[in-house]
Amino acid sequence: MRLCLEARQLACERDGRWLFRGLDVALKAGEVLRVEGPNGSGKTTLLKILCGQIADVDGEVRWQGRALPRARADLLANLLYLGHAPGIKANLTAIENLRWYQALSGDGCPDAQLEAALAEVGLAGFEDVPTAQLSAGQKRRVTLARLALSRRALWVLDEPFTAIDVAGVAALEHRLSDHAARGGAVLVTTHHPLSNVPGLRRLTLDGHRQVAS
Amino acid sequence: MKTTTSGLTEAAEPVREAGEGLGRAVVATFRRDLTAVARRPGDALTPLVFFAMVITLFPLGISPDPERLALIAPGVLWVAALLSALLSLDGLFRGDFEDGTLEQLLLAPHPLSLLVLAKVAVHWLTTGLPLALMAPLLGVLLALPQGSYLALSATLALGSGCISLIGAIGAGLTVGLARGGMLLSLLVLPLFMPVLIFGTGAMGAALGGGEWLGHLAVIGALLSVSLMAAPIAIAASLRISIHG
Repeated sequence: MRLCLEARQLACERDGRWLFRGLDVALKAGEVLRVEGPNGSGKTTLLKILCGQIADVDGEVRWQGRALPRARADLLANLLYLGHAPGIKANLTAIENLRWYQALSGDGCPDAQLEAALAEVGLAGFEDVPTAQLSAGQKRRVTLARLALSRRALWVLDEPFTAIDVAGVAALEHRLSDHAARGGAVLVTTHHPLSNVPGLRRLTLDGHRQVAS
Repeated sequence: MKTTTSGLTEAAEPVREAGEGLGRAVVATFRRDLTAVARRPGDALTPLVFFAMVITLFPLGISPDPERLALIAPGVLWVAALLSALLSLDGLFRGDFEDGTLEQLLLAPHPLSLLVLAKVAVHWLTTGLPLALMAPLLGVLLALPQGSYLALSATLALGSGCISLIGAIGAGLTVGLARGGMLLSLLVLPLFMPVLIFGTGAMGAALGGGEWLGHLAVIGALLSVSLMAAPIAIAASLRISIHG
């Protein structure tokens, strides 16, 4: 079954201010959708609504044609969400962190594969170092190693480029387009232009107006 | 993937159904938390040291007379153990909340109540159980009479299980608050009263030469009820805290 995440007539109010109203979003297999807008325009909130974390909104979100929250469990089984916080435990090593994530998602995998994923994000030799000793960018890279391991179809990434260097940005852009080419879908917020991602779709949140292209 | 996208021979990511690999996720969470405690043993030792310190204060503050101490020993030991366990509850979800792993735990395609049960089990193993094992030693300090040491350990072992489970509900509710520790104490202390009553009741029965297993059975029943109901409440409290 082809991946399909849709939202219709979404409206979300925070502190007496509409973040967005009447917003329609559709994300299908093979697409990369970038949510953009100024700080505080509700990008993170929209991402959380679309992956079922926030439910008190108007409008409906449908996963594979079925409305949330009923379809929430199925959505979560296909979701890889990277939030603002790296989600890395400081007193565990990089490989222990990844091992937990893999077990949590139900895709247990051998250590050799975890090491390969860490090497791919430029952390070869740091496998057994407690992540507290890594730099902010390296911690972010441990998080990004999950993308290499994950077999989830839907990636929802909130500012994944934070603290990443130029080479890392290029590699991540390549990974996003590769994932889309393999039939996955990516929903991402970032201030990077993502110029190396072919067929990039944009959704601009700007106060009351939403511009989709 | 049942159908393939046009232009692609086969896609790597099939759209899947929920509910695979629950056991593995629970075991991994249990092991991860245990490893984290092993890396920072100070966190687990603090309640034990607190317990020992409080007990040491009583002979100094009241009287070193063994007869007077023996009179208050059961209650003091139980209350001090309860407060020590409470001290460690605030950190149960806070670390995970701050580094973002709690958010990821909530997004796992598994029942949250079972995943948090793994976390609570680690809390009991590293706090409640050591407290129960240590209590008889501190009982000697308070001249606890012979014959009630086993009752002390057994009631504390089961009772601290209740404390971990019930306290985790409060810890979940206060995890998003900057200074949730005090509020947590106010929220959950009243809920600990039944456990305390039957715990000290068992001690009193054992001291009087009576049957204390009945009291232990009641604590066991409280633990069973907590085991069934608390995980659901913990999961709900975490959802409220994280998602608002």
